[in-house]
Amino acid sequence: MRSARRLSAAMTAGLLAVTLAACATSERDDGAAGGSGEAGGTLVFGAPGAPDMFDPIFATDGETFRPARQMYDTLITYAQGTSDLAPGLATEWTPNADGTQWTFTLREGVTFHDGTPFDAAAVCFNFDRWFNLDSEAAQSQAIYYTDTFGGYANNLAGGGDPVYNSCAAPEANTAVITLNRNKGAFPAAFGLTSLSISSPTALQQYDADTIEQSGEAFTYSDYANEHPTGTGPFKFESFDRAAGTITLVRNDEYWGEPALLERLIFRVIPDENARRQELQAGTIDGYDLPSPADWEGLEADGNQVLVRPPFNILYLGINQANNPALQDVRVRQAIAFALDREALVQNQLPEGASVATQFMPDTVAGYADDIAPIPYDPERARALLAEAGQSNLTLNFYYPTEVTRPYMPNPTNIFTALSENLRQVGITVNPVAQPWNGGYLDSVNVNGVHDLHIIGWTGDYNDAGNFVGTFFGAAKPEFGFTNDALFGAITAADATVDEAAKDAAYEQVNRDIMAYLPAVPISSSPPAVVVSEAVTGLIPSPLTDERFLTVSKN
Amino acid sequence: MTTLLQRKRKRVDDLAGGRSLTQEALRRLRRDPVALTGAAIVGLFVLVAVFAPLIAPYEATQSFPQLQQDLRPGSIPGPQEGFLLGSDQLGRDFFSRLVLASQQTLLVGVLATLIGLVVGMVIGTLAGAFGGWVDTLLMRVTDVLLAIPSLLLAISVAALFASPSQTSVIIAVSIVGVPIFARLLRGSMLAQRDSDHVVAATALGVRRPAVVLRHMLPNAIGPVVVQATLTLATSILDAAALSFLGLGDADPGRAEWGLMLAQAQALLEVRPALALYPAAAIIVIALGFTLLGESLREALDPKGSR
Amino acid sequence: MLRFIVRRLLQVIPTLLLLSVLVFAWLRSLPGGPATAFLGDRATPESVANLERVLGLDQPIPVQYVQFLGRVVTGDFGTSTITGEPVLAEIGRALPATIELSIAALVLAVALGIPLGYLAARKRGGPLDVSTVIGTLVGVAVPVFFLGYILKAVFAVELGLFPPSGRQSVAVDATNVTGFAVLDGLLTREFDASLDALSHLVLPAVALATIPLAVITRITRASVLEVLNADFVRTANSKGLTPGTVRGRHVLRNALLPVSTTIGLQVGLLLAGAVLTERVFVWGGIGTLLADAITLRDYPRLQAILLLGALVYVLVNLLVDLSYAIIDPRVRLS
Repeated sequence: MRSARRLSAAMTAGLLAVTLAACATSERDDGAAGGSGEAGGTLVFGAPGAPDMFDPIFATDGETFRPARQMYDTLITYAQGTSDLAPGLATEWTPNADGTQWTFTLREGVTFHDGTPFDAAAVCFNFDRWFNLDSEAAQSQAIYYTDTFGGYANNLAGGGDPVYNSCAAPEANTAVITLNRNKGAFPAAFGLTSLSISSPTALQQYDADTIEQSGEAFTYSDYANEHPTGTGPFKFESFDRAAGTITLVRNDEYWGEPALLERLIFRVIPDENARRQELQAGTIDGYDLPSPADWEGLEADGNQVLVRPPFNILYLGINQANNPALQDVRVRQAIAFALDREALVQNQLPEGASVATQFMPDTVAGYADDIAPIPYDPERARALLAEAGQSNLTLNFYYPTEVTRPYMPNPTNIFTALSENLRQVGITVNPVAQPWNGGYLDSVNVNGVHDLHIIGWTGDYNDAGNFVGTFFGAAKPEFGFTNDALFGAITAADATVDEAAKDAAYEQVNRDIMAYLPAVPISSSPPAVVVSEAVTGLIPSPLTDERFLTVSKN
Repeated sequence: MTTLLQRKRKRVDDLAGGRSLTQEALRRLRRDPVALTGAAIVGLFVLVAVFAPLIAPYEATQSFPQLQQDLRPGSIPGPQEGFLLGSDQLGRDFFSRLVLASQQTLLVGVLATLIGLVVGMVIGTLAGAFGGWVDTLLMRVTDVLLAIPSLLLAISVAALFASPSQTSVIIAVSIVGVPIFARLLRGSMLAQRDSDHVVAATALGVRRPAVVLRHMLPNAIGPVVVQATLTLATSILDAAALSFLGLGDADPGRAEWGLMLAQAQALLEVRPALALYPAAAIIVIALGFTLLGESLREALDPKGSR
Repeated sequence: MLRFIVRRLLQVIPTLLLLSVLVFAWLRSLPGGPATAFLGDRATPESVANLERVLGLDQPIPVQYVQFLGRVVTGDFGTSTITGEPVLAEIGRALPATIELSIAALVLAVALGIPLGYLAARKRGGPLDVSTVIGTLVGVAVPVFFLGYILKAVFAVELGLFPPSGRQSVAVDATNVTGFAVLDGLLTREFDASLDALSHLVLPAVALATIPLAVITRITRASVLEVLNADFVRTANSKGLTPGTVRGRHVLRNALLPVSTTIGLQVGLLLAGAVLTERVFVWGGIGTLLADAITLRDYPRLQAILLLGALVYVLVNLLVDLSYAIIDPRVRLS
C-alpha cells in the first residue's frame, strides 16, 4: 500500500524530470571539463565550515576569512609565515608623534577585479563606509571593526566611543587617516582581514551596506553574496551551497606576481575524519586543522603536515562569581598546582606545543621571561586547599563538544585529563558538556554560570593587548571578578605610545596577573594544515592567515 | 505511516495474546541452539559485569605514568607488562576500562528498560483495566510515540536537556520502551478481562485493583520478559548512537562501551583496538539479548509450535 | 465526503498550532541562541545583547511567537541563521539528497532481501538458511554509524573503490537540474556525473540498508514458510501443477503481501538511520540540516523542519484514511 504510493510518487517525479529533460541542458563549459594540462590547474582544499558571506567587514570567523584573504588585500599585511608587518596595498605607513594620524603611501598601478583603479580615494571610501554604517544590523555584525575602532558616526546601539575621525586623500597615492586617540593595536590592526579594501564601484553597485534582518537572521547584500570585489590574486566565481564549494579563479591582472593556480576550490567538509579520508582517497588536495592524532599517519602516507608557529593560549578559566571558595587566591593556586600540564602537553597536544607560563605566547612583545612556570605539585595543592578550609570542594567544570579549536584539538580529552588531576587532590568535579555554539559560549562567556571552563584564544595580530586586554581588561562574566588595579594597568599599557615603555608595562601586567591568578594558563600549541605531496608553496601562518597566491600543484 | 503503526501494534499485540511461560515452552527453549547461544552470551555478560571490580586490575579513571610516558596524540602504547591491552588515549588501562564498562553499559540498558517498563506498565494497566475514555486517551498518546522511529524519538528527548548526562541518556532511551510496554500490558489485560479466572474473582466480590494486581498482572509476565529482553538490546544500541551524536554522557571519564566507541572512532587508524573492542562488545551483547528475546518470543507464540 | 475532508482539515489546524507552540517554547528554552552562535569566540555579553536586540530575540517570547506565526501564515518560514538563506530553499535542496539515499537503500534492501529470504525458506535448515538467519540477527545488532566508518575505512581509504563522503566529486563539473544527482546526469547526458553520483551513493546506501535488509529478509523467510504450509499450496501441488507454476503463481505472490507492508514500515526507520548515515558520510540531506540546526541553534530552520515534518505526517494520515474509505466501503467516514 504504502510502498505502492511511494513508487507512484517516485514515478511522478521521474516523469516530471523527463519532461524537464527537454529544457535540461548541460551547463558545463567544455574548457573546464578536462582540467589538467594547464600549468597551475585546480586545487581543492577541505574547509571545516562554510563562510557566512564574502564581505570581509562583516566576517567574524576563520571560515569566512579564508576565501576573503585570497580575494582581498589590506593596507598592511603580515609577512608570510610570521606575525610581522609587511607592505600590502600601502608600501609605507608612518604615524605622527602622538599616534593619532597615520599616513599611508599607496601602491600604484593596482586595479580592483571590476577594473576600478585603486587609489587614496578608494581607501577613504572604505574607511568612511565602515564609519558610517547606519543600520543596527550592519553595526552589530561588523564585530572586528567595533572592537578595533570603538564605534560609528551614528552609534545605533548606544554608547560607542569612536577612534576613527576622518580620512583624507591629499594625493592619489597618499591616504591620511586621523584618529581621535592613540591605540596600541595600531598599526598591526590595519592588517585585519576585516579591514580589506573593496572596490567602491562594486560596493555602490551592489548595495553593500544593505544588510537586512529577517526573522532571527540576516540577509546580506548582493555584494556580500555574489559580487565580492577586491584587488587580491583570486577572483570570486561561485559559491555552490548545495555542494558546499566555493570556487575562485586566478586574477590575471593582479598587481604582484600572479597566482600559480588557475582555480582554487574550497570544499566544506565539517567532519574531521571525513576530511582526512577525502585526502587519503585523493579527492581533495589538503585541509585545515588535521587532528594531532593523525599527523604521523598523514605524513607516513606522503602528505605534508605544515605546522603553524603557535600563536595561541589555552587556559583553564575560573569564575569567582558563583562559588565564594574561588575568591580565595589559595584555592586558585591549589587548582594550578593540581594540574599536570607537562603530561597534558606531552600526551594530548601536538609536537611543538609548550606549557604556558602566562596568558600570551612568547613571541608577543610584552612577554615576561622571568615568570617561572607553576610546577605540578598535588601535595602542595592539597595543603593549600586544607589551609583555605576547602578540602571538600565541588566545582561545575564546563567543557565544549562539537568543536576543535586551533589551541584545543580535542576538548574532551583535555577536559578528562584536567578533571582527573583535580579529582586526585580531592576536588569533586561536576562535568557539564555543551555544544560549542549550542550553549557552551553562552554559559561561560555571556552568562557565567560555570565555576571552571576550558577555552582559549588565537591572536589576531602581534599585540599584547589583543591577549591580556581581551581576557582581563575589564570585568567579565567569564571570570566574575573586579580588580580595578589590574584593569587600570592594562588600559595604561595599551595607551603607551613608546614601544619600550609599552613592552615593560605589559611585562608587569603579566606578573600581576600570575600573582592574582584569575585563571590558569595551560599551553600554546601549533595548529597545522595538511596538503598532499603534490602541493608546494603553502606557508603556514601563526595567524592562520594562509595565502594561496604562491601555491602550486604538480 | 499508518501501516507502520499498525505493524508495530500488531507485533506487540501478538505477543500480548501469547501464553505465559509454560513448562512446555521452557522445555522447547532448552533444546533451541539459538536460545542457548543467547542465554550463554547474556549470562557471560552479566557475570563479567557483576565481578568486574574483581576482574579489572585498576580503576577506570586512573592514569599511569608508565603509560603516559610514551603516550602521544598519534601513538598510544600497546599491550605491556601489567597492562593486558595497553593504554587508552589518556594513559589509562584499557583492559580495566573495557571490563568495567560492562557495568555501566548494563546499568544504562537495564535502567532504561526498567523505567520504560514501569511507566509503560502503569499506562497499559490503567488503560486495560479501566477501558472507556481512559483507554482511548492513553492509547492515543502511546500511538503517537509508537509512530515515531525509535532513534528519532530518543534523539529528540535527549536534545531536550540543556546538557547531556547519564541521566538524560537513560531517560531518552527509556521513552522508546514506554509505548511498547504500555500496549503490551493493555493487550494482556484486555485478553484476560473476560477470562474465567477474572470473571470468577470479580463475581466473588474481589475489588478491581486487587483483581488487576493479583490475578491479571502475573499472567502478563511472560510477554513482558520477552519484550524487555528485546528492548535491552535496542536500549544499548540507542545509547551508543546518542554518544556518537554528542548527546551521550557528559562524564568522559566514565567507562561505558558506547562512550568509549564514540571517543575512539577518530583513533581508528592510530589504535584500532580502542574502537573495535567496545564496538565488538556492543554488537555481541546486543546480539545476545536479541537471540534470547527472539527465541523466547517464538516459544511463546501460539503459532510457533509448527 | 467533502464535509469529512473539510472537517478533518480543520482538525489539523489546532494540532499544528499546538505543535508550533511546543516547538517554539522548546527551542527558546534551550541554552545558547543564534546570536552567540554567530559571534563564536568573539561573544561578549555586550555584543550578544546588541545582536539579540537587532534580531528581536530580546522581546518577550509570546511576542516573538506571534511575529513568527504572522510570517508563517504568509508562507515565510524565515531565514536560516547559519546560512542566511530562506529555510524553505534549504529544505528544498536537501530533500532530494535524502530521498535519493533512502530510495537507494530501500532498493538494495528489497532486491537482496526478498530473494535471500525466499531461498532461505525453500532450503529451510540448510547452510544458506542458517547463515541468512544469523546474518539478519547480526545485521540489527551492528551500530549503523560504526558500520559506516568501517565501510569507509575499508572500501574508500584502503581499497579506494568508492569515494569516502559527499554526493559528487568536485572535479566532475555536474549540472544541477532536479537535485537528484544521478537523475541530473542522465537528463543532461553528463553520464560521467551520473556514474560519479552513483559511486558516491554505494557506501552510504549499504550502511543505511543493513537494518531494512535484515528485517525484509526475515519477514520474507517467515512469510514464505507460512505459505508453503498453507492448504492452497498443498492443493496446487496435489493438482499436479509444475513446481515452477506453484512457486510463481501461488507461493511468491501470497508470501509477498506481508513483505510489502514491511517495506512500507521501513521508511520511518530509513529516516532515523539517515541522521546517523548522513553524518558519517557528510551527506547534505535533511538529517544534516537537522543536526546542524540543533548544534548551531538555528531556530528558523528547526521550526520549519519540525513543523513541515508534522504537517506531512498529518496529511499522509489523512490521505490514508481517505483511501481506506474509498477502497473499503465498510469503513465509515464519521
